[in-house]
Amino acid sequence: MNRRNFIRTTATISIAALPLGKLNAQENKEKKEFVGVLVDTTRCLGCRLCEVACSEEHGNYVPDVKNDHALEKIRDTSEKQWTVVNRFETKNGEVFVKRQCMHCWQPACTAACLTNAMFKTKEGPITWDGDKCMGCRYCMVSCPFDIPKFEYNKWNPKIQKCNMCYERLQEGKKPACVQACPKDALLFGIKRELMEVARHRVYSYPDKYVHKIYGEHEVGGTGWLYLSAVPFEQIGFRTDLGTTPYPEYTKEFLFSVPLVLFGVPALLFGLNLLTDRKNELNKNERWENE
Amino acid sequence: MSNKAVLIGEFRKFFKFLIQEMKPRGKWLTPFNIISIPIILLGLVILFFRFTKGLGSVTNLSQQFPWGFWIGFDVVTGVAFAGGAYIITFVVYVMRVEKYHSIVRVTVLNGLLAYIFYAGALVLDLGRPWHIINPIIGNSFGYNSVLFLVSWHFLLYMIAEFVEFSPVIAEWAHWEKVRKFVSALTLGAVIFGITLSMLHQSGLGALFLMAKPKIHPLWYSEFIPILFFVSSIFAGLSMIIFEGIISHKVFKDLIGEKSHYSYEEIILGLGKGAAIAMFVYYFFKALIFIHEKQWVLINDFWGYWYLVEVIGFVLIPCFMFAYAVRNRSIGIIKIASVLALIGIILNRLNISVIAFNWDVANKYYPSWQEIVVTLMVVFSEIWAFRWIATRMPVFSKEN
Repeated sequence: MNRRNFIRTTATISIAALPLGKLNAQENKEKKEFVGVLVDTTRCLGCRLCEVACSEEHGNYVPDVKNDHALEKIRDTSEKQWTVVNRFETKNGEVFVKRQCMHCWQPACTAACLTNAMFKTKEGPITWDGDKCMGCRYCMVSCPFDIPKFEYNKWNPKIQKCNMCYERLQEGKKPACVQACPKDALLFGIKRELMEVARHRVYSYPDKYVHKIYGEHEVGGTGWLYLSAVPFEQIGFRTDLGTTPYPEYTKEFLFSVPLVLFGVPALLFGLNLLTDRKNELNKNERWENE
Repeated sequence: MSNKAVLIGEFRKFFKFLIQEMKPRGKWLTPFNIISIPIILLGLVILFFRFTKGLGSVTNLSQQFPWGFWIGFDVVTGVAFAGGAYIITFVVYVMRVEKYHSIVRVTVLNGLLAYIFYAGALVLDLGRPWHIINPIIGNSFGYNSVLFLVSWHFLLYMIAEFVEFSPVIAEWAHWEKVRKFVSALTLGAVIFGITLSMLHQSGLGALFLMAKPKIHPLWYSEFIPILFFVSSIFAGLSMIIFEGIISHKVFKDLIGEKSHYSYEEIILGLGKGAAIAMFVYYFFKALIFIHEKQWVLINDFWGYWYLVEVIGFVLIPCFMFAYAVRNRSIGIIKIASVLALIGIILNRLNISVIAFNWDVANKYYPSWQEIVVTLMVVFSEIWAFRWIATRMPVFSKEN
């Protein structure tokens, strides 16, 4: 092979390979699966080390878990704490349930956000960007789990919610709460694999668990999944949210917008021309002859 | 050089004219001034705290009630009330019904000011208002958001209404060439404005579609956008009637002889339109009620409250309008318009605040500061309206 031929061949191959390379890259992107966490409420002891780890990781209020008696009442996540553990008295005894952002697959909050400040990353966590957010709180109105929290007592308020430790995931680490859990109640991984683990546990111990994995289908599927020994409505879960992804509810309206935006002006111009004709006829008193 | 000198001369002349016009006219110590000035001043003080200490320092908003009185009343209700402008411009410029020509200017002015002040009140409610430009300049377009659409349409509609009103400004400033130019734009602005109105009136309803688990089922429906659009028609018409009553008392000497004469005909026509729109709205409500089998929900507080809204403030004023139009009774139309407006306030507040998270323990009530700021917004709008109406040719005398 002489030099000219060599150059020609490599050039042709590399040009031909260009779109191929792109296609491959796209495929890789699509292959990236959303991550999540499986919470096995039967394993949780209510030590609340996850709360501590979370707040330390994100510079939020660190609760004094030994002395604050916080388990005595049901708490919600707040603008100071991205995750809380609640205690529920059930017929199976005490059950502890960790609460945080569910990281929906098709989130209402990101569909609500008009500045893309709420953003579903390609890895799965939903993050919030303070440089974009204008503080309209539409994400709070839309979230079926009431997760985004707003700092009402600051002049430059932020939206506070769990971001699944997105910074740690970038470094290849697990979320801080998962890392901190001493009883393996929290399991981090790709949702598909988490579902396999969850099903395996339910099948292996059919008497121990209710045969439902919360988050498998709820609001179109969530990143966080829960296993429980008692029906989920007894431990603070809403089971009436449906399986429709929330952005679907506004989809029809949004689809109709371009139709209206182009169709109605045409209609109105037509009407306008029509009435002009009518007036002309009126003026010439030719209505009767028509 | 001479061109420039002429231009500067013209500018000086206009500036002088503007200063002249800025001066207050008429009596100072009117009852309205005595009430409104302290409230506006108090509102400004409250807003100072709101912007330095955060929303929580003056409002009762909470994590469960992210939207309160400022959104529910100022923005959501205020925009429905401003719907009159797109209906009247439709009737006059698109359908060319000359009967209503004399009220076009005042209605458009009311609409424009309502958008500037009520939709503008949105800024007071934003946590990070300095980022309000983000969805406009395009560094972060959230296309899939209903609020993105609504905010864009607010902005574009304000521009369209300004174009519709600009001939009046040009007439006031004696810019004949400008007047001719902007008058030529009117039909385009009107058609664009009607389209935008249809979309953002319904869009305000569509905002609540994703709040499905939070709104009481009697008020939640997938047809909220259509209900909002239809109800904006009679909200707008009732508001024109209501404002007309007040204008005809307050600005009596600004309104010409002939428009006094056709005033009754105009009111009757508007009442007829309102009756039809309300009946269509009631019909939709009834269809949804039957289709969703909602009668099981009717026998508790929320059910009765729903009936108060739908029967008391939709069906009854609807019949009153129809009765008054048949019997040519302006008095009953006036009462019906007030009832219809209360009905709109109830409906919008029910969806955004009252029946929103209806089952939680800590219900939201507006704080007195929220109410004062709302009054401040309303009064400032009236001040702006009064200033313009007494200076610019808003109430046309020749028509």
